[in-house]
Amino acid sequence: MKLNKIILSFVSALVILFSTSIASFAKVVGDKIILGAAISLTGKYSSNGVHTQNGYNMAVDRINSMGGVKVGGKTYKFDIIYYDDESNPKRAAQLAERLISQDGVEFMLGPYSSGLTKAIAPVTEKYGVPMVEANGASRSLFTKGYKYLFAVLAPANLYLDVAIETAVELNGGKPVRIAQAFEQDAFSQDVRLGILDAAERTGSKIIIDDKLPKELNDMAATLVKVKQMKPDVLVVSGHTKGALTAIRQIAEMKVDVPMLAMTHCDAAKLSKQHGKNSQYALCASQWHKSLTYKDDFFKDGMTYAADFEKEFGYDPPYQSAESSAALLVFKDAFERANSFDQKKVRDALAATNMQTFYGNIKFAPGGQNVDKPMVLFQVMCDASGSCENKVVAPLKWASAKLIHPIPKWSER
Amino acid sequence: MDFLVFQYPMITLQACLDGILLGVLFALIAYGMALQWGVMNIINIAQGDLVILGGYIAYFMYLYGIHPAWGVIVAPVIMYFVGIAIYKLVINKVVDRDLFISILATFGISILFMQLMNFAFGADVVLANSGYGTTMLFDNNVVLPNSKIFSAFISIVFAVCLVIYMKKSKLGRAIRATAQNARAAKILGVDTEKVYAATFGINAALCGVAGALISITFTIHPYMGLPYTIRSFMIVIVAGLGNLPGVAMSGMGLGVFEEFADYILGTEFRIGSVFLLLVLILVYRRFKLSRKREYLK
Repeated sequence: MKLNKIILSFVSALVILFSTSIASFAKVVGDKIILGAAISLTGKYSSNGVHTQNGYNMAVDRINSMGGVKVGGKTYKFDIIYYDDESNPKRAAQLAERLISQDGVEFMLGPYSSGLTKAIAPVTEKYGVPMVEANGASRSLFTKGYKYLFAVLAPANLYLDVAIETAVELNGGKPVRIAQAFEQDAFSQDVRLGILDAAERTGSKIIIDDKLPKELNDMAATLVKVKQMKPDVLVVSGHTKGALTAIRQIAEMKVDVPMLAMTHCDAAKLSKQHGKNSQYALCASQWHKSLTYKDDFFKDGMTYAADFEKEFGYDPPYQSAESSAALLVFKDAFERANSFDQKKVRDALAATNMQTFYGNIKFAPGGQNVDKPMVLFQVMCDASGSCENKVVAPLKWASAKLIHPIPKWSER
Repeated sequence: MDFLVFQYPMITLQACLDGILLGVLFALIAYGMALQWGVMNIINIAQGDLVILGGYIAYFMYLYGIHPAWGVIVAPVIMYFVGIAIYKLVINKVVDRDLFISILATFGISILFMQLMNFAFGADVVLANSGYGTTMLFDNNVVLPNSKIFSAFISIVFAVCLVIYMKKSKLGRAIRATAQNARAAKILGVDTEKVYAATFGINAALCGVAGALISITFTIHPYMGLPYTIRSFMIVIVAGLGNLPGVAMSGMGLGVFEEFADYILGTEFRIGSVFLLLVLILVYRRFKLSRKREYLK
């Protein structure tokens, strides 16, 4: 009886010791800094989820192989615990809880998409876990007063306002007539708000303002209106579905519009799926490999793209590039904080001011990156029908001149 | 609210034509649903997912350099066997049970199909380019993509063939007999088990054709099936079972209704208006039914 009691107390003592040691050392085990991430590896965001994961992994390998992170005179390596959130916001929030309270993770990387980031942010905020995210651009993420959320990307409302400004400029500074069609989701509606701001700023008029359903695969009605009302700019945002549907139906219905601006062209592989029909489309992008930003780890965009292709077998979409940049930001913040204290790391993150191959990174009080403009590229095809995305704005990074107005279908 | 339809008369014509072409395609899917609903008393929630699977068959042919239009021949053949397989694995176990069980079972199949397609084909939105060009009418004011005309034409061809087949062939007669009274048909020597399998196969084949046409006309994605299920459910509810002209008319009616809802209420209410119409029709039918009962009393 006595022996049993002794064994029991010994075992429970061991359990308590073991569990507390996990909780207190989980963020840094030995020489490893363990980050947590819920990523969409299955479900509707799985393609972009994989791009995100590849971006994270590429940066982890690169940073680890180039000396790791130096904190308090000791060198640490990054490691990431991944869970599959099944593209489901509820699941993502549960997994964030699990990563923090069970796995003891004290620093998080973001998931893919604004919707999932929105689900996770309240959890990380509650526990005071700093999260650097690279794939949630919705403006509403940055107006909630979150203290522990940092986004390396430009917010969604800045995606296409460059296009409106360019159109006004090309119109001799005179206001333009805008037709717009946006899917009804957080991201696209934020892009819409950006257009509304730009329209107000330039005195432009919005003559068509359609909202597209989530099951979007037919926007003929919008395009018929465009045909009749002849706007100067047509703006479409509805993820890959929107980009593909718009290009297909614009070509089929021979809709002539001087400027067509969209989002998600590269995720939709427009030039591959539609070839010459996608020519002249203007696309908003967070990053393009031809940009000349530099850092010590990936050198520049071109080198990053080449290395990425060597490792994963495809050209990196901007989702991968921004995900890699998130790790660079964490490394920089850990080293400047010189500590693993969450508050200190959070303050170091807030004070970030650096350049990466992906762009300059400096966070506003809301957590969004304010130092990196969006770029616009235009799909340009040669006579043989092979198409390429070329940066046309802002002018500083332009590798080709914007073709405006888009030639009429009857002249192509 | 947008009253462009009234400002530009050509838009009205465009909306009608778009709606009719779209409606014919819906009617084809709905016809498959009506057929198996009538014969087996099963409401197939996975209808839309079978459509999308058919679309992927055409898409993969396109990817390998075969013109996707051939999909309308290949997809139904493959889908017929997929249909038979689903029947043997799941449906035959629920065919005599009440409607709720079969709805649950097909709902399960729907989820399974979505996930499997997502796993096998990826979550990207894809499409197959037919390169069919465009027909312009009335001084270029009305535009009809030839792919839509092609879709409507093929849908009509398949529907007509099916009607003839149901009237003339032995299996067709057996199917109709089973639909009228399964027990009597069994007594008279019809192998109802076989009839059920064939019916489910034919339904899947029709979905295959429709899917191939949708990949040519619109876009496909593993999670895009449900709106097609809803639309066909609604068409069948309006038309009633075993009423092919009714299915065709209500299909086209729904197509035109959707287009006008899109112009007048806005694109965001397009699918919503379909749901609303469904509710209204169900309420109306119930109302009519209750009056009938009173009359019978």
